[in-house]
Amino acid sequence: MKHFLGRIAIYLLLIGGSAIFLVPLLWMLSTALKPIDQTMSMPPTWLPYRLYQQQAGGLVEVKSLEAIESPSALIQLPDAGALTVIPLQRMQDGQLKSTDALGAEILVPVKIIKEIPATRENPWSRIAVVDVAADDHEGETHVAAKDWDVVPASTLIHKTSFRWDNFTKAVKAMKYFPMYLKNTLILCFLTIIGTVSSSALAAYGFARIPWRGRNKVFVIALATMMVPFPVVMVPIYSLFRTLGWIGTLKPLWVGSFCAAAFNVFLLRQFFMTIPKDLSDAARIDGCGEFRIFLQIILPLCKPALMVIGLFQFMASWNDFLGPLIYLTNQKDFTLALGLQFFQSQHGGTEWHYLMAASTLVVLPVIVLFFFTQKTFIEGISMTGIKG
Amino acid sequence: MTRGERKTLWLGLAFISPWIIGFLVFTLYPLAASIYYSFCDYDVISKPVWIGALNYKDMVTDSVFWKSLGNTFYFAALSLPLSLIVALLIAVLLNNPVVGRPAFRTFFFLPSLVPQVAIAMIWLWIFNGKFGLLNYALKWFGLDGPNWLADENWTKPSLVLTSLWGVGGSVVIYLAALQDVSRELYESAEIDGASAFTKLWHITIPMISPVIYFNLIMGIIGALQVFSGPYIMFGGGGPNRSALFYAVYLYENAFSYFQMGYACAMAWVLFLIILFLTWAATSSTRKHVYYAGE
Repeated sequence: MKHFLGRIAIYLLLIGGSAIFLVPLLWMLSTALKPIDQTMSMPPTWLPYRLYQQQAGGLVEVKSLEAIESPSALIQLPDAGALTVIPLQRMQDGQLKSTDALGAEILVPVKIIKEIPATRENPWSRIAVVDVAADDHEGETHVAAKDWDVVPASTLIHKTSFRWDNFTKAVKAMKYFPMYLKNTLILCFLTIIGTVSSSALAAYGFARIPWRGRNKVFVIALATMMVPFPVVMVPIYSLFRTLGWIGTLKPLWVGSFCAAAFNVFLLRQFFMTIPKDLSDAARIDGCGEFRIFLQIILPLCKPALMVIGLFQFMASWNDFLGPLIYLTNQKDFTLALGLQFFQSQHGGTEWHYLMAASTLVVLPVIVLFFFTQKTFIEGISMTGIKG
Repeated sequence: MTRGERKTLWLGLAFISPWIIGFLVFTLYPLAASIYYSFCDYDVISKPVWIGALNYKDMVTDSVFWKSLGNTFYFAALSLPLSLIVALLIAVLLNNPVVGRPAFRTFFFLPSLVPQVAIAMIWLWIFNGKFGLLNYALKWFGLDGPNWLADENWTKPSLVLTSLWGVGGSVVIYLAALQDVSRELYESAEIDGASAFTKLWHITIPMISPVIYFNLIMGIIGALQVFSGPYIMFGGGGPNRSALFYAVYLYENAFSYFQMGYACAMAWVLFLIILFLTWAATSSTRKHVYYAGE
């Protein structure tokens, strides 16, 4: 019995825990598929929906603006022509007294479009637009005043509906999204080639050629892993500046052809597990060292090379500090930097677009993970157990 | 050195030449230049001007420097032990023979794949004071959540929570280590009537201590250099600079104020702090880390 309860507890903890870990991702996806008004609803809605009302001609879609408390009035502000809802407080001269969004009392001469009386059974109504044109690319709805109506919340019909077009709209709003993607892919491609080829060469030199002093040099290589990036950041920046590479992609991939110590370490471990006899036999057959490396050792190390290539892809895809330092023109940005740039300009309001853009950055990584899960998990375990 | 030895030496050096070039250009030269710049007034555009230890002296009286250092320590002191405990806990749970273990492992691991920038976006939205999911969830428990991003007392805890979301990588590492622990140890402990907690404390943790130690060291190095999260979520440091981290302030000195010399001096101080903490962690845990075969 005790054993049984223990097992139940384990399952509950695992299910609860993984739910907590997944919720932020699901919330991102949910927000990405919503219209803007539903991103700002409390309590939050998980499934984006559309509202309909039964009318003579069948179901008619209704755009929800906001829930209002009656009695209220729907007014049109004279300057912008914007519609707004205010609690009804009429002055004696017929003007309306209102409290604006900032809490300041203002007097506005306005055109009352509709007054919403208080009803006992349904104090909350929904102000809605019936039969309006689709959103424009800014996500705002432009309608003539006559299209506005107030619909009691109780008559509205909910239907789940995902706004897939948020993705195309977010891409458009980011302006250079295709360029960001192209730059990121170029960097991933070049850095993977650079990292895999250079670290394989160096690891071979450390693992399979018994030259004098190699262990001492290898210790130096390991020691360089301790150096924090900020220490070398300024001189490397100034070096690239002298070369005239600031504002180009070069600083972000050239270094990958110089075998990072960590990858060399991983591959060296792998190379050392391959029996020496294999190389010796090839040497007797007159094989040169480079051919042994290329045709005998490398094919045996495909899994390890895959791990390093995969990690490099992740590193290039995720890198933020590098692009932030070296890139200056918006057209040269990577996805990571482009997303942050978009947020710095549109953050705080258009959460649906921001989450749609984030989804587009996250999704390729997750898809890649599902195709390469085994390599991934083995690679991570491999990096951690060296301790 | 015989002719054969010399030939092998050149062959070896030829193979490691990519690393040698990288070492000279991207490590050795920058290290030397960085020390030099740290004693200079340097704005990258004009030539560095030697000013002695002034940058280091300025640091002592720079209250923002101390604030950023304090913030970083606060973050590290909170996030390191919490990440360790959470990751270990999840790994121990996953190490049970449960149905659907690969699926659970994937669920915990997925967030650690999310790029830093996207992590920042997601959590900015979750921490949102008005429409945030977190405060809504807290209401279920009768708690009135703080304004995470606007209240200076809560900016760092919010970053700690964000960092905890990414423990999946460590979970996988711990899980792999746990699976290497011999079943026999547990079986003999069970015969002696050991409780689950006793087994965890006296078998599991000692047996995987090298991995914990490795994660701790990497964690210290990483936590002190945290940049992307705070930079994206709080820009210049958030309310009352409560989320201005060391690496962010260093970056600002270098690329916003063009005080590259000061930035280099800060980087060297960071390096020394990291070396010291690594040494301290090594010597204080040495007795407790178990290496098979010793």
